Amino acid sequence: MSHHPFIPLIIIIPLIFSYITPLIGWWDKRLCYPWIIIALSSSLFFSLITLHWVMIHGTIHYHFGGWLPPWGIEYVVDHLNALMLVIVSSISFLVAVYSKRSVEQEIPKKPSYFYTVFLLEVTGLSGIVITGDMFNLYVFLEIASLSGYALIAIGEDGAAVASFRYIIMGTIGACFYLLGVGYLYISTGSLNMADLSKIIPPLYHSKTILTAFAFFMVGMSIKMALFPLHMWLPEAYTRAPSATSALIAPLMTKVAVYMMIRIMFTVFRPYFSIEVLPVTTILSWIAVIAIVCGAVMALAQRDLKKMLCYLIVAEVGYMVGGIGLANRLGLTGTILHILNDAVMTVSLFLIVGIVMLKVGERDIYQLRHLFKRMPITMGAFIVVALSMIGIPPTCGFFSKWYLILGAVEAQNWAFVVAILMNSLINAILFFRIIEVAYYVPAYSHVGGSQERIPMDEAPLSMLIPTLITSMGIVLIGIFAGKVVTNIIRFAIPPGL
Amino acid sequence: MEKITSIIPVLPVLIPLVGIILIVAFRKIPNIREAWTLTASVLMFLMVASMAPSIFKGSTIEYTLLRIIPGLELKFKLDAFGLCFALIASLLWIITSIYSIGYMRSLNEHSQTRYFVFFALALSSAMGVALSANLFTLYLFYETLSLATYPLVTHHQDSEARISGRKYLSYLLGTSVGFQLPAMILTYALAGTLEFSQGGILTGTASTALLVLIFVLFVLGFAKAAIMPFHSWLPSAMVAPTPVSALLHAVAVVKVGVFSILRVTLFVFGLNLMRSLNLGLFLAYFVSITIITGSLFALTQDNLKLRLAYSTISQLSYIVLGAALLTLQGITGGILHIAMHAFGKITLFFCAGSIMITLGKKNVSEMRGIGRKMPLTMLAFFIGALSVIGLPPCGGFISKWYLALGCIQAKQLPLLAVILVSSLLNAAYFLPIVYQGFFGKPNPHDEVNEKNSIQEGPPLVVTALVVTSMISIVLFFYPQPFLKLAYMVAHSLIGG
Repeated sequence: MSHHPFIPLIIIIPLIFSYITPLIGWWDKRLCYPWIIIALSSSLFFSLITLHWVMIHGTIHYHFGGWLPPWGIEYVVDHLNALMLVIVSSISFLVAVYSKRSVEQEIPKKPSYFYTVFLLEVTGLSGIVITGDMFNLYVFLEIASLSGYALIAIGEDGAAVASFRYIIMGTIGACFYLLGVGYLYISTGSLNMADLSKIIPPLYHSKTILTAFAFFMVGMSIKMALFPLHMWLPEAYTRAPSATSALIAPLMTKVAVYMMIRIMFTVFRPYFSIEVLPVTTILSWIAVIAIVCGAVMALAQRDLKKMLCYLIVAEVGYMVGGIGLANRLGLTGTILHILNDAVMTVSLFLIVGIVMLKVGERDIYQLRHLFKRMPITMGAFIVVALSMIGIPPTCGFFSKWYLILGAVEAQNWAFVVAILMNSLINAILFFRIIEVAYYVPAYSHVGGSQERIPMDEAPLSMLIPTLITSMGIVLIGIFAGKVVTNIIRFAIPPGL
Repeated sequence: MEKITSIIPVLPVLIPLVGIILIVAFRKIPNIREAWTLTASVLMFLMVASMAPSIFKGSTIEYTLLRIIPGLELKFKLDAFGLCFALIASLLWIITSIYSIGYMRSLNEHSQTRYFVFFALALSSAMGVALSANLFTLYLFYETLSLATYPLVTHHQDSEARISGRKYLSYLLGTSVGFQLPAMILTYALAGTLEFSQGGILTGTASTALLVLIFVLFVLGFAKAAIMPFHSWLPSAMVAPTPVSALLHAVAVVKVGVFSILRVTLFVFGLNLMRSLNLGLFLAYFVSITIITGSLFALTQDNLKLRLAYSTISQLSYIVLGAALLTLQGITGGILHIAMHAFGKITLFFCAGSIMITLGKKNVSEMRGIGRKMPLTMLAFFIGALSVIGLPPCGGFISKWYLALGCIQAKQLPLLAVILVSSLLNAAYFLPIVYQGFFGKPNPHDEVNEKNSIQEGPPLVVTALVVTSMISIVLFFYPQPFLKLAYMVAHSLIGG
């Protein structure tokens, strides 16, 4: 058990910086951007140090204000949170770098408020991941959700309504979670996760505990947009500004999946979630339906961003399905897919932002000449597309590999078929866009005159984060084995 | 058998990739750009040839480039079978590059840099398949090959290319993700390895039904072999520029398909398992349908390239048939046919392209009297046709001889009849073209009618087709290198 002074900094830096942002914006709007870059780069730095520390020394416990658990708030960072922290802070850093031009174009008047809320959102997400206390988690969940509502509402026409729908659904989800925490507290008198996992086992058949668990599951399902509770997601993420959707779309659902893993396998033991109340079986079937419905709905969309939103719904199905397999391979696949899908989703939304800036259109049939206009961006797009389809050596292949192996081990053939079908539908979805960008309009080939399309590439501040993500997709793929053996192997709870 | 560990098997895959960088760097100076293509192809051939002596001595060369996940390795290995295919593909790349330069320049095609870049990428992938040591590496390069050839197939970027490209990718990507990937994962789940080995890796791992299922998934998954019912992408791919059809859709891509099927049949399942499950005969009769039907379809085509494509479909199944006989002569004949058909068919395609660019004729019905204008081209066509039909003095005779012997050895006279009937059909669809070309009366309103002069194709094009037709004849008198390799493979599998 080691004490580590950097842990609270990961939360405190974005929190403090966010309060000062309006003042800085009031003084000079242009300073906001460097300000949040400083905040998020240091937060990224500290989370990388934390991951490194955890990989060497094992789990870190930090007692906030020196109060010992179970009375005080405890931050616990094991391999799973450390990985999640790095995902959250690196993606928010990349999106922050990227946001400069897109915020200038979409939110020209109030960048300082946008960045304030942006930092709060990052605080909330990192807080959810880092804390070892059920109620503290609720607080961070609300910080993340409320700032999420605000960030979405800044967007284009209809964003306010979409955000309002999200508020209603999100609040219901949070309420379920809070009720669950309340029930647990009534029956155990503790809020500390480690403490709870010791107290709960004798009470496994208590009605209160069972109800609390059911409430957690529903609350989490709403937050992660698990089918059929996904209705708020597509509209909210589509209407949001590009920088917002690039931040929230990859992170919010993944963080909710993380919460689900935590509650199912740390607060409650695997034995409970698999045997006592067979949620894993239920989840694996819901996952199959989520994958199929998400993919089919994505096929029906003309709006590029909305199509991606339905893909998120399908990808959530992957992760939940992996949990539902209830074996080591499946959960390895889920955790690897949290990492992979976060990188893929952020990459896709960054590209969509570039398209919005340069073309101003999201109708997939209007995206002509993109290969000529933005060859580098489209190169990145192809890499992500291949990863979504699952072509090695991109990372998408390896999480599917683990998920399918896990499904074969669990004899869950429906899940195997759903994953394969989703891969094929992804191929259709992405090649449909590539086709439009590559062909339209047709011209005679032999000696035909061809109108010159000038190259019009995205600004570097947007291009570099996009390229980093697409390189990340390949590198994570190549080093998938290293990630699994050095980090994810230790993140799998014992007893699975 | 001696195992040599050396990085040389990686180089044939890497050389074209380095070539791509240089091709792109010199895109403004076409002569130097083409020089790099030629340099890369010659270097690749030399690299493959340099490994031949140790393979002939009976050793294998292997190199593990990357261990992604234990059991999922990027590993290269050169054995006799791989060498046979690698030699053919790399030698023909040199000749096709020469032909390509003549062809693309005389048609003044657009986007030539893109064309040469993806050509090099396709060859790199084909080498990767030939040199792969396990199913994962094979799968990786198999997919890369599908994707790398897509821009080549759709080079003209018109609506016809768009529709064909869609069909091309749906068949190749659909079957590989839908059938081959699950088959591979099941193999891994059962055997715990994906490595090719002499005796197969699946023996005794699962029930008969599951093994048969895996086998069927594999055979359907390698749609590049164009076995019916997944054959119709190949005629569609004929919209590509002729050099692409010649090298990729008569040699590299389609042979990768049969190569993969042979790898799985002989090195994943292994002879004993194939025999005990009776899958050999099943496969042999299954592909017989394709042999006969493909030839019948070819008879009905007026477009020369389409006729050649259907002929390829039929000929590819000869190779699979040979291996499926599971006898010494059959396997030798099958592998030998990879080589013999390659040289014969590429000649035919070269001729079709030469006629197309010189006289603008694509249909067989317009080609009467064409031999008087283009005697060299038609003579080469005659030689190529003889080789594909399997008549002396051309290489095709030898491989058919072994195939026929194999059928007798396996006591399968119906299959012998299939080979003989199909050979007659081959003659029926090729020889009339030659006869009409030399002795037919030109159409009255045709410029061929003016007997003014000889009008051959561009010098580079004619050089290429003369060289390949010469090789076809040489292989009749001196089939040693390929015959020895094929025999080595068959002998090592059957033993004794």
